[in-house]
Amino acid sequence: MNKFALPEEIIALFHDGQTLMCGGFANHGVPNRLIDCVIASGARHLTLISNDSGDADLTIGRLIHHGLVDKLIASHIGRNTETVALVAEAKIELELVPQGSLAERMRCGGSGLGGVLTRTGLGTLVDKDKPHMVVNGEEWLLETPLRADIGLVRARTADPLGNLTYRGTMRNFNPLVAKAARLTLVDADRLVDVDELALDSIVTPGVYVDKILVRQGELR
Amino acid sequence: MNARERIARRAAGYFSDGDVINLGIGIPSLCSDYAPPGVMFHTENGLVGMGPLVEGVLAVEGFSNATALRFAPVPGASAFDSAESFALVRSGKLAATVLGGLQVAENGDLANWAQPGRIFGMGGAMDLVSGARKVIVTMELCTKDGKPKVVNTCSYPLTGQRCVDHIVTEQCVIDVTPDGLVLAELLDGLTPQDIQRQVEPTLIVLAPPKLMPA
Repeated sequence: MNKFALPEEIIALFHDGQTLMCGGFANHGVPNRLIDCVIASGARHLTLISNDSGDADLTIGRLIHHGLVDKLIASHIGRNTETVALVAEAKIELELVPQGSLAERMRCGGSGLGGVLTRTGLGTLVDKDKPHMVVNGEEWLLETPLRADIGLVRARTADPLGNLTYRGTMRNFNPLVAKAARLTLVDADRLVDVDELALDSIVTPGVYVDKILVRQGELR
Repeated sequence: MNARERIARRAAGYFSDGDVINLGIGIPSLCSDYAPPGVMFHTENGLVGMGPLVEGVLAVEGFSNATALRFAPVPGASAFDSAESFALVRSGKLAATVLGGLQVAENGDLANWAQPGRIFGMGGAMDLVSGARKVIVTMELCTKDGKPKVVNTCSYPLTGQRCVDHIVTEQCVIDVTPDGLVLAELLDGLTPQDIQRQVEPTLIVLAPPKLMPA
């Protein structure tokens, strides 16, 4: 059974109050066609977990522009003037996480782990209210796992089983998102046949992927 | 050579053949122009082997740096996800990170990600300063309105505690040591007193400081 899904099937998956996790970094490697589907669904009051929120009304920033996001968990918002303003007006709740810790929290969420100990952020604003632990005489900060209801992933190629490859820095958080979501959706630049990808080149095994967005008439 | 280029060239003097280095935005990004052969540049969105910025047909979405500028990868470049990108940072494989600073304190504390009313997010800066083997801050010695940036205690939110190794400015190089801040290099024509007047902590002055290349 292949995992290809038409836009209407994808759009029906989004509901008010869900937590979405989205790949992409500074507008690059963003699953833009899946973001179209979120907007088309009309789902609101979303929690969004993503490295950044793109630029104003661009890529991931379109979710902010349309007023769909109540809470944002990210490492950086400075590119998006709309996000900065909405956070300042307390219309969006913001949790800032150091970028490497954000990646590890997603990795833990997608790996069945209970958290990760890091030195990143010790003695800064981000260590407030988080458990500190001493292991082998060194002080560490506990960062807890992040999971999501739906993960939005941009891939370079996908086969019908959901095996994925990426391209350069478009990879960024996408493989982590694929693992950390209960339902993983993929926007792939190219669709290929089963066994067309060299198996050693596959970065995300298809077992993590639930649905791959296709257009009407595209390879089924 | 202007002041920014002078700072960048001096900071690149800390790089060696075989090093993997991360450069921040602004003055740090200029360091690649002065790096010795064999240095490779890391971009935290997931690649080692970042080459020059490019335009036109070579400028593709698949090769862009942390500020979304498009580059050409050098031969031998490798790409990976964001968890791998910071694993290599935290595990000490990154020889140095060069980044800008709002304030550096006498004990090596760095504040560079937030000012009152401007909290845009730390991005990867906290991970970089806690993981890189060497933390080099490149900045002008004082703010535009003449206030010290080398201070007794940082008043802005910290990026990291006791993390800075070298402060490279347009007038001097200051090393952070267990004994305090050492005035290591000085631009020709300036005296240690000229620098002392522009910083809060008392500098330890080597006799005499080395000449900073003009």
